[in-house]
Amino acid sequence: MGSGTSTQHHFAFQNAEKAFKAAVLIQRWYRRYMARLEMRRHCTWSIFQSIEYAGQQDQVKLHNFFSYLVDHFTPNNHNERDFLNRMFTEERSPQDSEMENCRDYESIEVPDSYTGPRLSFPLLPDHATALVEAFRVKQRLHARYVLNLLYEARKHLVQLPNINRVSTCYSEEITVCGDLHGQLDDLIFIFYKNGLPSPERAYVFNGDFVDRGKDSVEILMVLFAFMLVYPKEFHLNRGNHEDHMVNLRYGFTKEVMHKYKTHGKKILKLLQDVFCWLPLATLVDEKVLILHGGVSDMTDLEFLAKLDRHKIVSTMRCKTRKEDKKQAEEKGKANQTSSAGTPSPWFLPQSHSLPTSPLCPSTQKAHRAGRSSSVPCRVPLDPKELSHWVRHSVDLELEKCRQQAGFPEIKEKEEPLPLASEADPEAEGRREPTQEEWRQVVDILWSDPMAQEGCKANTIRGGGCYFGPNVTERLLQKYNLQFLIRSHECKPEGYEFCHSRKVLTIFSASNYYEVGSNRGAYVKLGPALSPHIVQFQANKATHTLTMRQRISRVGESALRALREKLFAHSSDLLVEFKKRDKDKTALPSSQLYHNQEKQ
Amino acid sequence: MADDRDREGTEIAVAEFHKKIKDAFEVFDHESNNTVDVREIGTIIRSLGCCPSEGELHDLIAEVEEEEPTGYIRFEKFLPVMTEVLLERRYRPIPEDTLHRAFEVLDPAKRGFLSKEELIKHMTGEGEPFSQEEMEEMLSAAIDPESNSIHYKDYITMMVIDEN
Repeated sequence: MGSGTSTQHHFAFQNAEKAFKAAVLIQRWYRRYMARLEMRRHCTWSIFQSIEYAGQQDQVKLHNFFSYLVDHFTPNNHNERDFLNRMFTEERSPQDSEMENCRDYESIEVPDSYTGPRLSFPLLPDHATALVEAFRVKQRLHARYVLNLLYEARKHLVQLPNINRVSTCYSEEITVCGDLHGQLDDLIFIFYKNGLPSPERAYVFNGDFVDRGKDSVEILMVLFAFMLVYPKEFHLNRGNHEDHMVNLRYGFTKEVMHKYKTHGKKILKLLQDVFCWLPLATLVDEKVLILHGGVSDMTDLEFLAKLDRHKIVSTMRCKTRKEDKKQAEEKGKANQTSSAGTPSPWFLPQSHSLPTSPLCPSTQKAHRAGRSSSVPCRVPLDPKELSHWVRHSVDLELEKCRQQAGFPEIKEKEEPLPLASEADPEAEGRREPTQEEWRQVVDILWSDPMAQEGCKANTIRGGGCYFGPNVTERLLQKYNLQFLIRSHECKPEGYEFCHSRKVLTIFSASNYYEVGSNRGAYVKLGPALSPHIVQFQANKATHTLTMRQRISRVGESALRALREKLFAHSSDLLVEFKKRDKDKTALPSSQLYHNQEKQ
Repeated sequence: MADDRDREGTEIAVAEFHKKIKDAFEVFDHESNNTVDVREIGTIIRSLGCCPSEGELHDLIAEVEEEEPTGYIRFEKFLPVMTEVLLERRYRPIPEDTLHRAFEVLDPAKRGFLSKEELIKHMTGEGEPFSQEEMEEMLSAAIDPESNSIHYKDYITMMVIDEN
């Protein structure tokens, strides 16, 4: 009776307790499993990012080095000067008379056998849509139409201001997309999911349309086509990859030459010019500033609005107007007295400190000079001593590079770097940007936000800076803006807010590092410009993969990439590891790799 | 003599643990200022080989938090506590057969599987319940779509291989 029921209850309670405990056990175990996956994902991400940025930094360092050489080589006679000119003459951006030559696309014949899309100008919306469809089924646009389209695009871009002002009173919605990097699938997906551009559906594409992916050409064609069809609603910003020098290294140049064997060079020439004419930023309703990289504590929107953006051919090479020696000396003195070290070129002895920027205006001039790639005049000017310094420092740096994983061989470069010529400075002055102009543009195309306050040089990428929340706040207040939209950095979710939601990073190339590595995203600005994020992942297969499978795929890929890099430096690494691993124990963990990469 | 060896052994162990803890901590130290968001502590602790329950995790967090919680955990506070945990071998991972027996408790008829509904009921209704996200993630990997059930022996084997 009584005892019977209580035994039953006791029994039932025991069972329930057992089930409870069993559940806790399983949950405990499962959560640990997921945590390990999460940790792996973070390490994998770091590996990919380190490799990516190391490549960029490498290129910038090399450019700075060559720039320095060219700037400081004093030819002994006019023969040497001629030689130098011939060796380093870069074909400068075409002048208008040369542009006329590009019209000779009209002489290019399109064979009857050509089954790809044919364009006629002025373009109609149907043409643009047809182009998307043609590319979706893997057709290729004939070189004649490519050139024609680029030529028309250039004509349009030339009329645009540096900072494009856009109003949402005409179109109902405005969608901002980030980096695409040649991934046509993502662009098609965005148009599919969000709708094609139209007078009611405005778009802003925030740079980095090309490089890395395999369909950069097609992406450009689509973007330019819609820009011509809907000039008031379709806007493009320049990214740091809209730059012929960066393209040399990151795949776009190769893609063009491969797809257009006969006319590739002509196309690249025209593209070089078109890129310089892309606007630097877009301002929506005077409230939301959209630009590719970021800002610095020196960013001056009025200055940016007034400069001749066409003069900034590449953010790699700063061939600025020659200042006379006196000015340079003054700068040198100012550098010596300015607070917190100024960044001198990496190959000179005093280059290892990370400078923080003095925010006070009195040191502005010195600071500005310091943050450029020109050299302060503390360096001995005697040529023999100079070459000794340089050689020694280069050796030091090369040694450092050899000891690190992740720096690609310099031999990889197939083409010699074209450098600006040592021509008549007067003529140069008209066509080259000033130091300040160049710096301002580099800052907005290359900078990244950071969590800490302040503003410091972006040594990871080699250009631009890291800007903190106070820099953002000051800028927003100064120009009465609501927030900043930028791209430039891959994010696992395709987007990321920072600086108390005042900065939004939007990245539209999904699976950027590897299938399953990250989502892409775009942002729609609604009433009162409130942001609404939409995420996607273009590859259908990834939807069905579990997180475990995604991470293991990405992890494998990262390790493979890392393995390749390490193999290239294996003998040097062995030396390095032996130094650190006195007990000669087992293989290093992924953490050790991670730390090596960080260095 | 034996004591000396013991002490030396412990010192080496401590040094190794310090390195491991530092490495794991750094992965989440996004601002490079020796702090991590408190919400990442669970991941860090688990990646170091420990398998605490949520309750045990909360206790640990209470130990490493500031007097007035800031939402961030400082490395200086985390290191000694975590070292102690590792030295004492607290929250050891669960052996495969224990895990299997746990599933069997939930499957009293010993069929060798749990239906999707049963799994959901137990995981979200009992113990330290899963969030919807956790439940969905587990289902996506565990459930055999044809039978709509989880054959737990195979599931465990698969997960364990994956871990190693």
